[in-house]
Amino acid sequence: MEHGNLLFDAFIYLCAAVISVPIAKRLGLGSVLGYLVAGVLIGPFVLGFVGDQTNVMHFAEFGVVMMLFLVGLELKPSLLWKMRGPIVGTGGLQVLLSTAVITLIAMYLGLIWQQALAIGMVLALSSTAIVLQSLQEKGLMKTSAGQSAFAVLLFQDIAVIPMLAILPLLAVTSPELTVNADTSQAGWVKGLIVAGVIAAIIFGGKYLMNPIFGFIAKSKLREIFTASALLLVIGVALAMQAIGLSPALGTFIAGVVLAESDFRHELESNIEPFKGLLLGLFFISVGAGINFELLLADPLVVIGLTVALIIGKFLVLFLLAKSNKLAKPDAWLFSVALAQAGEFAFVLFAFASTSGVLPTGLIGLLTLVVASSMLLTPLMLIVNEKYISPRFATHKKEQRPADVIDEDNPIIVIGFGRFGQSVGRLLLANNVKATVLDHDASQIEMVRKFGFKVYFGEGESAELLHSAGADTAQAIVVAVDNVDSSLNIVHMVQKHFPHLKILARAINRLHAVELHRLGVNEIERETMASGAELGAKALVALGWQSNIAYRTSRLFKKHDDQSVLELAAFNGDEHEYISKTNEARRLLEETLKQDGTWQHDADEHAWEKPGKLK
Amino acid sequence: MRNILIILAHPNLANSQINRTFIDAIEQNDKVTIHDLYLTYPDGVIDIDAEQAKLSSADVVIFQHPFYWYSAPAILKEWFDLVLQFNYAYGPKGNALKGKQWLTVITTGGSKEAYCTQGHNRFTIRELLTPFDQTAHLCEMEFLPPFVAHSARNLSKNPDKLKHLAEQYQKFIHELQDDNFDSESVSHLQTLNQRWEQ
Ligand SMILES: Cc1cc2nc3c(=O)[nH]c(=O)nc-3n(C[C@H](O)[C@H](O)[C@H](O)COP(=O)(O)O)c2cc1C
Repeated sequence: MEHGNLLFDAFIYLCAAVISVPIAKRLGLGSVLGYLVAGVLIGPFVLGFVGDQTNVMHFAEFGVVMMLFLVGLELKPSLLWKMRGPIVGTGGLQVLLSTAVITLIAMYLGLIWQQALAIGMVLALSSTAIVLQSLQEKGLMKTSAGQSAFAVLLFQDIAVIPMLAILPLLAVTSPELTVNADTSQAGWVKGLIVAGVIAAIIFGGKYLMNPIFGFIAKSKLREIFTASALLLVIGVALAMQAIGLSPALGTFIAGVVLAESDFRHELESNIEPFKGLLLGLFFISVGAGINFELLLADPLVVIGLTVALIIGKFLVLFLLAKSNKLAKPDAWLFSVALAQAGEFAFVLFAFASTSGVLPTGLIGLLTLVVASSMLLTPLMLIVNEKYISPRFATHKKEQRPADVIDEDNPIIVIGFGRFGQSVGRLLLANNVKATVLDHDASQIEMVRKFGFKVYFGEGESAELLHSAGADTAQAIVVAVDNVDSSLNIVHMVQKHFPHLKILARAINRLHAVELHRLGVNEIERETMASGAELGAKALVALGWQSNIAYRTSRLFKKHDDQSVLELAAFNGDEHEYISKTNEARRLLEETLKQDGTWQHDADEHAWEKPGKLK
Repeated sequence: MRNILIILAHPNLANSQINRTFIDAIEQNDKVTIHDLYLTYPDGVIDIDAEQAKLSSADVVIFQHPFYWYSAPAILKEWFDLVLQFNYAYGPKGNALKGKQWLTVITTGGSKEAYCTQGHNRFTIRELLTPFDQTAHLCEMEFLPPFVAHSARNLSKNPDKLKHLAEQYQKFIHELQDDNFDSESVSHLQTLNQRWEQ
């Protein structure tokens, strides 16, 4: 940093972010592009406010580490295990095929195979930072495309480890190439150490962290909790670095282990701002690091190489998407999102240069290509979103334009996962035509076949709802599986389509309370009804007469729904609110107790006594 | 002013001609409440406490329903079975309903003529309603002569007559509400309708 003044630099970076990111978001370009452009502007080649980016970038890369920790927190081990197929299969193939394609191109351009292979490996990796941030921002992480992209990124994180081992073997200038017995023995010991450290992370996360965080939380000092959360992430990252593994991978594992911890949400909200700022800084430093002198000196070469890289990677990805049977819009999103080179390239190129694999001149050029491909990614995602994926979504509409208005359906279902499907199927089975919105394209193609009018996209957009016929519909079912987006949708519908009756799926009790407070009263908590139903069956299994078991279960649910309503009607500060929640829990417990000890008097007066709801 | 609670039991109000018209004619206010059992308990699981609370605050309870198999639709029977508890509605301490008035308002498919000893329904409406009459009696309630709309099919094709009946019903609710109606004056009648035919 030229100015040597930390505060001044911080001021410049923050200024750039605060000015350009909101503008970029406003223009629909997304925050990533905002940061990148801000970086270009303050960088040495435009305004020259900040200088060499290597140190900044090194520091800011920690944002990626934090991001993977957060991603891990959202991913329970069981879910990760389910993804093992795509991670190894799709991820593995992506790395192998992309490496091969890029290596061949490099050899074709006249490099010797060792150098070509090194470049191939490094450029096969994509940018976790850009892809995850962009997809999260657009709410696409849970789609098939998002999940597949994530699987590939995760595998790439693992693939870095063997790459670090292979790169020195490709050295052309270094004389010591032979592997001696010593190394293999060290490798064996190293394996044990690696396994030990990972086991320690898993064990610690599972058994130690809960009591420790519990103890810290009891101190009621917010900043100490934040400090310990940071300490955890940094500690894991250091441990992984010490044994030569990717710190991002380590914190990801720690995140997954802690996904089931009671403190998951606190950890999330504590780390989130740091991650956001560091990632922003990282994107700025990528932008600022773009070497425009080099670009202007040889524009055709740089542009040509960048385009070749993106197209090469895109083709490999698209092939994989197709063989995985991703729906068309998903395949495009997946392939466009991952078609750049990533931040690992900066590290690996530096490593390749010190190991004597690649000459410094070449690395300068390649680093520029990497940064350009990263800069182009958000732009390509916008192009995909605006021009390519609508072509698939409005496919039906274009064929029969006249039908759109005639067929306007009386009800719209947003979110067509397990919950929305139950609603939609009931409607369809009774000849009630429903319009369905979902953001998962592969889901959509399937249900379209069964006569649903399906729109692809986020239900949060008033625009989309408008084209889905919200102006003429009577009711809307909000069945998305995410509290925030559910509330956003309700807000938006109330604002833009006040005539619509809103019916909502509530993820949990608090979500139900919030919905009530917004004035939505047709609510079903997603697991309450089926849980109570199965509970009734359990009573029958224990010998209860089925109508009495059913009645008991219905009354139980009714009481519980009632307690949610009461909670919603309560306007107090947060503290009281929480004690109110506890109160509700206590009440529930009491009811349960009463129900449990209640003996049915076999008298002749009535077949059941009053007081079950008290 | 007295509180009127109309307990409505019709499983398909959307297809109803007569009951629907009656209900639409009733002006609800804070003294007159329509309590639709099938709407409130779509699953038939009746909340005893809530029902008893409603009953307790009423002075007149009107049971309005179509005549199904010479009785009421099923949910009303379940309602009796559950809500009219021992020591609430009857029994040594059961006087919650004591002194309240009971009015049954029914619509029948059969004609007025069919409901007599010689008619093909063989019994009069009053005879068929004896379980209701006696239930009211056990709860120490005053059973008023029923208000009956016969020949539902014909009636639905005769809007003027239907409207007239609905108005009679609505007016009578007003009378009950204002308490300026002398139940002695109708106690000898078979049906309330005869009051206007005299
Ligand atoms: C299940 C069922 C049972 C019925 N039983 C009788 C009956 O016993 N006597 C009678 O006169 N009408 C009977 N009806 C005819 C109904 O009383 C008649 O359709 C109803 O009162 C019309 O009123 P609404 O237009 O409000 O539905 C029966 C109808 C149904 C559906």
